[in-house]
Amino acid sequence: MTDVLDLSIADLADQVQKGVLTARQVTEAALARVDQTRDLNALLYVARDAALAAADAVDAKRKAGAPLGKLSGVPIAIKDALCTTDAPTTCASKILTRVGEGNAGGTDPEHGFRPPYDATVVARLRAADAILIGKANMDEFAMGSSGENSAFGPSRNPWDKSRTAGGSSSGSAVAVAAGLALGSLGSDTGGSIRQPAALCGVVGVKPSYGRVSRYGLVAFASSLDQVGPFARDVKSAARLLEVISGRDPLDSTSAELPVGAYEAACSRDVKGLRIGIPQEYFGEGLDPAIEASVRAAIASLEQAGCTVKPVSLPHTKYGIATYYILATAEASSNLARFDGVRFGLRIETAKSDLTSLYGKTRNAGFGAEVKRRILLGTYVLSAGYYDAYYKKAQRVRTLIKRDFDRAFEAVDAIAVPTSPTSAFRFGEKVDNPLAMYLADVFTLPASLAGIAGLSVPCAPTPATSTQPILPVGLQLLGPAFAEELLFSLAAEVERRLGSVPRPPIS
Amino acid sequence: MAITRDNVLHVAKLARLELTETEIDRMQRDLDGILEYVNQLSELDTTDVPATTQVAVVAAPFRTDEPHRSLPHDLALSQAPRSSSDGFAVPAFVDEG
Repeated sequence: MTDVLDLSIADLADQVQKGVLTARQVTEAALARVDQTRDLNALLYVARDAALAAADAVDAKRKAGAPLGKLSGVPIAIKDALCTTDAPTTCASKILTRVGEGNAGGTDPEHGFRPPYDATVVARLRAADAILIGKANMDEFAMGSSGENSAFGPSRNPWDKSRTAGGSSSGSAVAVAAGLALGSLGSDTGGSIRQPAALCGVVGVKPSYGRVSRYGLVAFASSLDQVGPFARDVKSAARLLEVISGRDPLDSTSAELPVGAYEAACSRDVKGLRIGIPQEYFGEGLDPAIEASVRAAIASLEQAGCTVKPVSLPHTKYGIATYYILATAEASSNLARFDGVRFGLRIETAKSDLTSLYGKTRNAGFGAEVKRRILLGTYVLSAGYYDAYYKKAQRVRTLIKRDFDRAFEAVDAIAVPTSPTSAFRFGEKVDNPLAMYLADVFTLPASLAGIAGLSVPCAPTPATSTQPILPVGLQLLGPAFAEELLFSLAAEVERRLGSVPRPPIS
Repeated sequence: MAITRDNVLHVAKLARLELTETEIDRMQRDLDGILEYVNQLSELDTTDVPATTQVAVVAAPFRTDEPHRSLPHDLALSQAPRSSSDGFAVPAFVDEG
């Protein structure tokens, strides 16, 4: 039975539409896989009953002769930063867990905040007859690059359980890599989809700023956040993006631009496309095994008829500093809403005044990294420091964006590594915030520029005496709203390299 | 250190975070290290560079001016840790004496 979970999204939806498989069969197989892989901690909440009910509804719809959607019966995991009416939404934070009967508060995602509405992307998945199997683990409030900042324990990398899955959308990547879901949604503010996709060996897409509605995504940094899909193969990711994209009146930053034919773009010829290779992404700090794999993937595009040429993105090294000023400033403002009044945790005594209610609730509810970023963001926005830090970073953001604008005058897309290293061990970086921030060096600039990005698996690093084979991601970057082009290139890489093997499930 | 203990206490107060003693020391050290790192931006001359505040490709359109239903009252209150019949319950913050 478990082999249905190895199908592509298009094949599975097709078989459910034709009645070869029932949505219930598929959902039961996915839930069995969820039970079998509990040690990976991919999901914070399993929506068992809701998933089976949704599956039965899809099967009933088919029996009644009604047309089925593009994701008929497809099991999908949703990052816990996206609001769902039938499952709790905690952002892997204690501050979004309720103090209720039999729950001291802050220890169990089952007692999480129950949103009164679905995120638009969630509603679109449901409308396409997808089955939402549960809420995926993540770094608290999407702040982190390893999943270790989850208040409910990190997800484990299915390729080596002593290693992190990357982050912040760690559970979304693991759910797809380990086959508990055929697709998942994550959010990417500075690399939170692309980096875990690379480290877990799956496809992850960070759409252009404005491509996908963020209504119902718990905000981290509003000038950067985008929702995007994970899937095991490029075409499946393309179908997911097609379903979730497009203008949404509930999010004024969603662009009034037509949704591309992403799935069709996967079979388009890439001959003659110009691919830029920026030297700044291939220097010191890049693991030689990653470089070899990424260069081989680029060579495969050359064999497909692409022209490869050097480009320069000279402000790349300033991406981390710029990002950690701007993103924390925005976060310090966005996270002001968690105050113990309208939802989630509340710490108060009979003597509490409003200020101490805020201060105690927030200090008890937020984890160390979230507090660190709120403090940093508050600092760079405070009187006397605003110009030196926040304003300065906004100007450098312009320089980073101009780098890409210039490069895209000469090339159609840019090919770089997604991450400088493969999956790292638990504890390796967690006590050193700066070392953790450096893990995002290759993903942050594209986020700052608001352009389209995608990570596709290339050849894994070979096994050594100290580690098994570990996945590697090729990152493709294109101008804003050039997602079709990225899908064409990624699908070509996938065809030429063959898909990455599945991790062992034990 | 460029960041003093008073700096940490000041921003913690602005951010409504009641840090513990251990956290204050830790945050002072961490913020100092991070700010030292981000200071590399001062190498760049940005005198004539405009600020980028957002990266949207198309301007956000105005929504149509039509009334619509908002969240029902009881649903809006349903997740509050404390509510009274007509709103969110908070400690008194205006001196009524």
